[in-house]
Amino acid sequence: MPTTWNDILDLGDRATPEIATARVEEEAEPKRRGAFKRLRESLSKSRKALSEEITSSLFDRIDEETWERLEEALILADAGATTTAQVVEKLEHEVDSGLVPPDGQAIKARLIEILAEIASTNRSPIDLSNDPAVLLMTGVNGTGKTTSIGKIAWHLKNEFGLSVLLGAADTYRAAAAEQLTTWADRAGAGIIRSNEGADPGSVAYDAVSAAKARGVDVLIIDTAGRLHTQGNLMDELSKVRRVIEKQMPGAPHETLISIDATTGQNGLRQAKAFAEATDVDGVVLTKLDGTAKGGITLAIATELQIPVKLIGVGEGLEDLRPFDPMEFASALLAED
Amino acid sequence: MFDQLSERLQSTLSDVRGRGKVSEADIDKAMREIRLALLEADVNFKVVKTFTATVKERCLGADVLGSLNPGQQVVKIVNEELTELMGGTGRDLVFANKGTTVIMMAGLQGSGKTTATAKLAKLLTKEGKRVALAACDVYRPAAIQQLETVGKRAGAVVYQQGTDADPVEIAGWALKKAEEENRDVLIVDTAGRLHIDNELMDELVRIRKKVKPMNVLLVVDAMTGQDAVGVAESFAESAEFDGVIISKLDGDARGGAALSVKAVTGKPIIFASTGEKLEDFERFHPDRMSGRILGMGDVLSLIERAEEQVSEDEAEELQKKMANETFTLEDFLKQMRQVRKMGPIGNLIGMMPGMGAMKGLKDVDVDDGELDRVEAIILSMTPYERAYPEIIKGSRRRRIAEGSGTKIQQVNNMVKQFGQMRTLMKSMANGKMPDPQQLARMQGGKAPRAPRPKIRRR
Repeated sequence: MPTTWNDILDLGDRATPEIATARVEEEAEPKRRGAFKRLRESLSKSRKALSEEITSSLFDRIDEETWERLEEALILADAGATTTAQVVEKLEHEVDSGLVPPDGQAIKARLIEILAEIASTNRSPIDLSNDPAVLLMTGVNGTGKTTSIGKIAWHLKNEFGLSVLLGAADTYRAAAAEQLTTWADRAGAGIIRSNEGADPGSVAYDAVSAAKARGVDVLIIDTAGRLHTQGNLMDELSKVRRVIEKQMPGAPHETLISIDATTGQNGLRQAKAFAEATDVDGVVLTKLDGTAKGGITLAIATELQIPVKLIGVGEGLEDLRPFDPMEFASALLAED
Repeated sequence: MFDQLSERLQSTLSDVRGRGKVSEADIDKAMREIRLALLEADVNFKVVKTFTATVKERCLGADVLGSLNPGQQVVKIVNEELTELMGGTGRDLVFANKGTTVIMMAGLQGSGKTTATAKLAKLLTKEGKRVALAACDVYRPAAIQQLETVGKRAGAVVYQQGTDADPVEIAGWALKKAEEENRDVLIVDTAGRLHIDNELMDELVRIRKKVKPMNVLLVVDAMTGQDAVGVAESFAESAEFDGVIISKLDGDARGGAALSVKAVTGKPIIFASTGEKLEDFERFHPDRMSGRILGMGDVLSLIERAEEQVSEDEAEELQKKMANETFTLEDFLKQMRQVRKMGPIGNLIGMMPGMGAMKGLKDVDVDDGELDRVEAIILSMTPYERAYPEIIKGSRRRRIAEGSGTKIQQVNNMVKQFGQMRTLMKSMANGKMPDPQQLARMQGGKAPRAPRPKIRRR
C-alpha cells in the first residue's frame, strides 16, 4: 500500500475529499511534457522490475563478496559509510545466525525491509491543519525550493480544492520573485512579493497578514537559497521564522528543507545546520528523476529524525509525489 | 573546502608520522582511514579503490619500509597521487585569435550555471575582454530575467529572444550579433538538464554544433555525491565538455566530486566558484588543492593575492620582521590595509597553512568593523608610539583614545592583542602552528565553538 496524498497531508478539520487529479492545461505545462511523461513511465517501470534487478546483481551467490557488493551498492547510492556499515552488519548477522535464510529472494526482501524501516523514522504527515496553515520552505542554493513550492501549491489547489497563497521571501536572488510568480500563475495560487533587496522578514510578515486577512487555507513561504555555512544567512533564516511566529503563534506549522538527490554526504550537514536555525519537520527530496538515489536521507532520518515527506521527480507541476519508504528502499539499489 | 578530508588525513598520518618504521599492517591501517575519509568526502567509490591501491603499492615500495622517515614518505606519496588524480598543473580557457570566442555552459539543474556565467563574464571583463551572454534557457521560469540582471552587474551585454524561441536558434543569432558588435567572448548559458534526458542532451549537441564553442564547461556542484561520475561521463559523451567549474565551494562540502570527475573523464577543473558575490570566482589550481587537502594550506593562492598588493622586497622585509619580532604597529597598519584589499578575512584565514586543521577556527568571526576601530587607533599614534607600542601608557593612552574616538580600554586591548599577535606571528614565521586558544583570545575572547561531532567509523 504505497503512500497516498491523503496519507502525507494532515488537513485537520477541512472536509475536502481527494478530487480526481485534474489534467494540467496544455498552456500551463512546461515545454518538455513529452520527456517528463516518458520519465514518469520509466520510473514506474523500474519499480516493477526491481525484484529482478536487485537479485541479479547482488544476491546471485551468497559468499564473502556478497557483502562487499552490497556495501558498494549502498555507497554508490550515497548512503554513506556509517549507514552502509550499519545496514550490512545487521543483514550479515541475520543471515549468519539463521534469522534470514541464505536465499537470494529472502535476503533481498529483508534488506528492503531494513532500509524502509530506516526511511520510516519519525514518519509524520505535513501539518496543514491550521487556518491558515503556514509552510516554510528552506534549503541550499539550487536544490529546488521554488519549483517544489509550485508543485505543492498545484496539488493542494487542484487535488484538494484548497486556496493557496505564496510568499516570495527570497529577496536576494535575481528574478526570484518573478520565478515564483510564474509558478503561482501555473498553480492558481496568489502571491505576496516585494522588491529585490527588500527585507525577507518583512515579506514573510506581509504574507502571513495577507493569508489571515484573505482567509486562505495554505500559505507557503519561499526563502532564498543559502549555504548552511554562512552564519549571517542562517541567522537571517531564524529571524524570518521568528517574524512568522510573532505574526501567528505556532507558525510556521511545517518547515521543509529541500535536498537535491544528487547531494552526497554534505546533505547531512545541511540538514543539521538548517534544523539548528529553524526546526525542520521534513525533507523534500528533489530531482529523483535523475540517476542519483538520495541515500543521504537515510542518515538524515537516523541521526536527525527528520523524515522525507515528498519527492520531486521532474520540473512539471505534477512531478511531486508523497514519499513512500518501501518504494524508496527498492529504488535505492536498483540498477540504472 | 576540502578541510575535513585534510583533517582526517592529517590525523591518520600523524599516527604514522614520527614513528621509527612502518609495517604493511600500518600501511593497511592508514589506507583504510584514507579510504573512509575519501568516501566521506564523496570521492567516487571506484576512484577511491584505485587510489588507495596505487598509494599502497607505492608505500610498500622499498623507499618507505625501513626508511628513516616513513611517515613523511606516506604523506608525500598521498599528496603526489592526489595531485596527479586532480590533474597536474591545471589548464585555462582557449581563445580565438580573431572573432568571437564562444564558451558554452552545461550542467544539471541547480548546479550554478547562470551564476557562474556572470562570474566568468566579470572575470573576463576584468581581463579586458568585451563579453556578451546568450540566454538559451527558455524553460526555467524567469531564467532570462535572472541572466539579464546578473549579466548587467557583471558588465556584460545579454542577448535574448524570450522563451518562445528555440535555444539553438537563439544561440546562432547571438553569435552573429556578438560578431557584428565585435564582442571578444560570447558565453552561452543553457538550461539545466538531466544527463539521461535524451531530448535535452540532443538539444545541447545541436547548440554545440551551431556555435562551435572553443570551450564547453560543465558546472558541477561541489556537494554532489557518487552520482557525479555518471553525470560527467554522460555529458562528456554528448556535450564533449573541455573543462569543469566546481560551484558552491565556499560551503563545507568535501568536494570529492571534483576529484572523481577529473579522474574518470580526464577533463580538468578550470574554475572554482567560492562565494555569493560575482568576484568569488578563481582559476582552479589542482596542485595547490591537493596540498590543501593534506592541510598544507593554499599558500600559493594567498601569496598570489598578496602579490597584487605587496612587492617582493616588502614581503621579504616583512617576513624578516615577523621572524625577529621587530614588526611594529606601523607595519601592522600597512599590512592590515593591504589585507583588507585582498578580501574578506574569513577567506584568507582558510588559506593559511594548518588553518583547515583547526576545527573551531572557521567559527571564529572576524569583524571588519573592529578593523576600522583598530585602524583609527593606530592612526592616532605617533610614529614613535607605533614603533615602540610598549611605551603607550597613561597620558598617551588617553590622547590616543580621544583622538580615535575610542575608549581607553579599547586602546589597551588593542596594544595587548598586538603584542600577542606579534609573538604568534613570530612562531608562525618560524614554522610552528598557532594555538587556537591564543587566536581566540586575540579575537577579543570569542572562543571557537565546539567542534562538530565526528562520524562514527567502523
